[in-house]
Amino acid sequence: MAKSNKPIVWGPFAAGGTVTAFVTPVLILLTLLAALGHVPDGLTYEGMHGFASHWLAKLAIFAVITLSLWSSAHRLRSTFFDFGLRRDKQIATIVYFMAIIGALASLMFLYCI
Amino acid sequence: MAKVNSKPYQREISNTRWYWRNETYMRYIARELTCVFIGIYTVVLLVGIWRLSQGQVAYETFLQALRSPMSIVFHLVALAFSVYHSVTWFNLTPKALPIQIGEQFVADRVIIGAHYLGWAVVSVVFIFLAGVF
Repeated sequence: MAKSNKPIVWGPFAAGGTVTAFVTPVLILLTLLAALGHVPDGLTYEGMHGFASHWLAKLAIFAVITLSLWSSAHRLRSTFFDFGLRRDKQIATIVYFMAIIGALASLMFLYCI
Repeated sequence: MAKVNSKPYQREISNTRWYWRNETYMRYIARELTCVFIGIYTVVLLVGIWRLSQGQVAYETFLQALRSPMSIVFHLVALAFSVYHSVTWFNLTPKALPIQIGEQFVADRVIIGAHYLGWAVVSVVFIFLAGVF
C-alpha cells in the first residue's frame, strides 16, 4: 500500500470544517455585538477571564482555534492552487507551519490566563 | 522527429479569473474563499486570547479596537462567508456521512436537517452562555 500523509492532513481539516461550521457564525455574531458597542456580559474582562480560567474552557478554546486554523490552512492551500500558484509543496509548508505556530501561541496564551 | 507545423494549443483561460465563466465555478470559489475570512477571524480570536492573558487593560484595549469601522465591516463580511461555509458544509454531509439503517439509507434531507438543527441549538446555547439575554 502506498504511504500517504493525506489522512493526517485531511482528518483535522474535516474536523475543523465541522467545528467552524457549527461555531464560527455565532462567535462572529457575538464579537460583532462587542464591535457595535454592546459587549455581552460573557465577553467583558470579568466574564471572559472567569470562563477561560477553567481547564475545560481552555481545552475547548484550544480545540476551536487549532482546528479552525488547520482547516483554513488546508483550504487556503488548495485555493492557491486554484488561482494558478502551482508550487504546492512550498505553499503547503508555509500554511501548515503558520497554523501550527498559531496553535502553539494559543497554548501559551491559555497557559498564561 | 517530424516537424510539427501546427501552433501549440494556447489555453485561453486565465489562472486567476477562470471561475467567472460559470455559476457553479463561482459558487465553488466562494466556498473555498470562506477559509480566508474564517482564518483571519481565528487570528482575531487568537489576539483576543493573547490580550486576555495580559490582563484587564490589554483586553479592554482589544475590545475597543474591535469597534473600529474596519472591524465592523470585516465582521459583517466574515459573518456572511462563515454562514456560507456552514451551509455548504452541512449540505455535503449526506455524501460524507451516509447512514444506512437496514436496507435503507437515511434520506439526505434528514441528515442535513439534523445538522441545521444542531447548528441552531449550538448558536442559541452560545448566545445564552455569553449572556446576550
